[in-house]
Amino acid sequence: MLTSHHDAGSNYLNAKKGFMSWLFTVDHKRIGIMYFVSIGVFFLVAGLFALLLRAELMQVRIPDATATSYMISADHYNEAFTFHGAIMVFLVIIPSIPATLGNFLLPLMIGAKDVAFPKLNLISYHLYIVGALFLVYTVAFGGLDTGWTFYTPYSTQTSTSVIAAVFGAFILGFASILTGVNFIVTVHKMRAPGMTWVRMPLFVWAIYATSVIQVLATPVVGVTLILVAIERLLGIGIFDSTLGGDPILFQNFFWFYSHPAVYIMILPAFGLVSEMITAHSRKSIFGYKAVAISSIGIAVIGFFVWGHHMFTSGQSALASVFFSLLTYGVAVPTAIKVFSWVATLYKGSISFTTPMCYTFVFLFLFLIGGLTGIFLGALSTDVHLHNTYFVVAHFHYVMMGGTIIAWIGAVFHWWPKMTGKKYSETWGIISSVVVFIGFNLTFFPQFVMGTRGMPRRYYDYLPEYYNFHLLSSIGSFVLAIGLFIVLFTWLHSIFYGEKETRSNPWRAKSIDWTDTAVVPIEHNFEKQPISSHGPYEFDELVKPAKAGEH
Amino acid sequence: MSHQDHGASHPKYQAHHFKTMEQQTSAGKLGMWVFMAQELLFFSGLFCAFGYVKFMYPEAVALGQSSMDWRLGTINSIILLVSSLTMSLCVRSTRSNNRSAAAKFLLATMVCGFVFLAIKGAEWGMHFHEGYFPGKYFHPIAEAPIQNPMAHVFFGLYYVMTGMHAMHIVVGLGLMLWMLVRIVKGEFNSENYVALENTSLFWHLVDIVWIFVFPLLYLSK
Repeated sequence: MLTSHHDAGSNYLNAKKGFMSWLFTVDHKRIGIMYFVSIGVFFLVAGLFALLLRAELMQVRIPDATATSYMISADHYNEAFTFHGAIMVFLVIIPSIPATLGNFLLPLMIGAKDVAFPKLNLISYHLYIVGALFLVYTVAFGGLDTGWTFYTPYSTQTSTSVIAAVFGAFILGFASILTGVNFIVTVHKMRAPGMTWVRMPLFVWAIYATSVIQVLATPVVGVTLILVAIERLLGIGIFDSTLGGDPILFQNFFWFYSHPAVYIMILPAFGLVSEMITAHSRKSIFGYKAVAISSIGIAVIGFFVWGHHMFTSGQSALASVFFSLLTYGVAVPTAIKVFSWVATLYKGSISFTTPMCYTFVFLFLFLIGGLTGIFLGALSTDVHLHNTYFVVAHFHYVMMGGTIIAWIGAVFHWWPKMTGKKYSETWGIISSVVVFIGFNLTFFPQFVMGTRGMPRRYYDYLPEYYNFHLLSSIGSFVLAIGLFIVLFTWLHSIFYGEKETRSNPWRAKSIDWTDTAVVPIEHNFEKQPISSHGPYEFDELVKPAKAGEH
Repeated sequence: MSHQDHGASHPKYQAHHFKTMEQQTSAGKLGMWVFMAQELLFFSGLFCAFGYVKFMYPEAVALGQSSMDWRLGTINSIILLVSSLTMSLCVRSTRSNNRSAAAKFLLATMVCGFVFLAIKGAEWGMHFHEGYFPGKYFHPIAEAPIQNPMAHVFFGLYYVMTGMHAMHIVVGLGLMLWMLVRIVKGEFNSENYVALENTSLFWHLVDIVWIFVFPLLYLSK
């Protein structure tokens, strides 16, 4: 039935034409691309805010400061870092991988024509845009200076537009929940014949675990944000201590979502890294089942560790000790993944392609990010490091060095499938090197500063921190150059790139590569794919695959 | 919303991306169950908040509870339970292709929903009459039985919890209205009923939440 509808050369990109055919598409691949473009724009905006912050912090500080020696006022600085944080967290990092590559790849990887609820998928995207408009509104009118966490009691007292922002975050949460519901049902009900749970690609496992967190954690922050809005409007006295409420209650609610949200951000990246490592070292993943189950393990343990954000908040010491202990538990499944990647690389036939270079950048940065998490999970050291630049550096290493780097690498990896174009390997690899240098130059000095007591969120500081801030700011501009090289590599590929002719340029083994056209057709597969083996059986198949291209 | 299917636009009720009708039906049901897990977590936040308030201000909460009219609450509980029954009968009638009975049972369910809202509104009106306005507007009139200013914490949460629940009732009524139109158009039958069944699941959830809200707010002292 499908073949009759599709001429040779027809694919999801050119099957229908016009702006409206994109805006109201129910094709998961097009929705993924629309998310990619939208999230990319917000990433650029929030990144520019980051550069603004770093430029401000490069200047001459307290001893000889005059009003004119600051680029922006303290209030505007607070608003700028709030926008940077809120946009990056809510509009970029949380949806980045699930909404873009998750949407694009999930049905392709399990051999389905689409996600279970295509219209719902489109509604999720439209909700994302509506929620984003609310957040952008706060940027343009009224500002927001609470930080992305909306901590009470400040968020119930500040004169900035908190209600619009929490409403935007609430709508974004709804989009996230609906995407999660959609993906869970898709994984359960839409798998191709023969696609058992242990034949699913690891990215599918990761997205599945992520979806469970999205569905179970997001509603709690939803109701919390509603309570903040009602608190502001009516003063019901739930979080505001002057009215009889408890700000710690807000923190419990907030982190019950927001700590699992950290795993919403990083779990899909783990999945992508597993995919890229096997494909580019041409080896089956080491310990498939352990890696798959560890995604679920991280999701489950992630729900029991939120209290480590509140070690210094005044919660009971006993609670802090337990949360510290539980937090270490996350290290176990995470370490399983890291060891699996390293063991997969061992004696692999590694090719230094752009995606692989980004994977190495990821491994290096995530290692630092993960290990510094132990400093912060340990109760005693956290009391010293709490709210310093050490924390800032840690979560940038995990979120940016982990999630965003894996995302960029994976976009390079699936770029031929998404666009049908080749990109410049040279510039791709150069970008990974520049990003790596810029990233470490930006954030490593922040670890040192943090251990020496530089508090986060401050817009001014004592002179002894000047050199660290200077290095960090220079690094941020190098990082920006690296990311612009990525952008130009992609744009160049779209407009001037050679056409990709191979449907499986990496000679991967999962059906998103083996059973689709160079660029997938509108309903993904010419005929129903049947899964007869696992997604990474390189060891047996490596020789015949080398002989001829697909 | 997650129960949306493509039956409306497709003559055979089966969307293009499903292989069989059974696959479509079971996907629709699973989607709704997962969505309801989300709803439970949403309300659990409010229940935790209530637990906190009761722990911190046991006297104010007990005072607040004493002002609740348990008779109206009981009547509302019965109305919701009956509406769950009629909703189930509506789905059952649809699955046995009895369109007119299905429409009648659905209408009965909607009437129950409206009566519930009316009684709830009357209760709010009575509290407002005593000056128990939400939050910082809480100023009991001189004759009001509760003068303890901390009782405002109870009332604040009372309005939020019952308000959130009432909003779900309104959403449920909207869904039912939509389903009613589709029943009248003859879109549902023994083969295609997932949207209706998912609406019914949503309604049962609203009922179950009330089964917990009612004793917490009205009865436990």
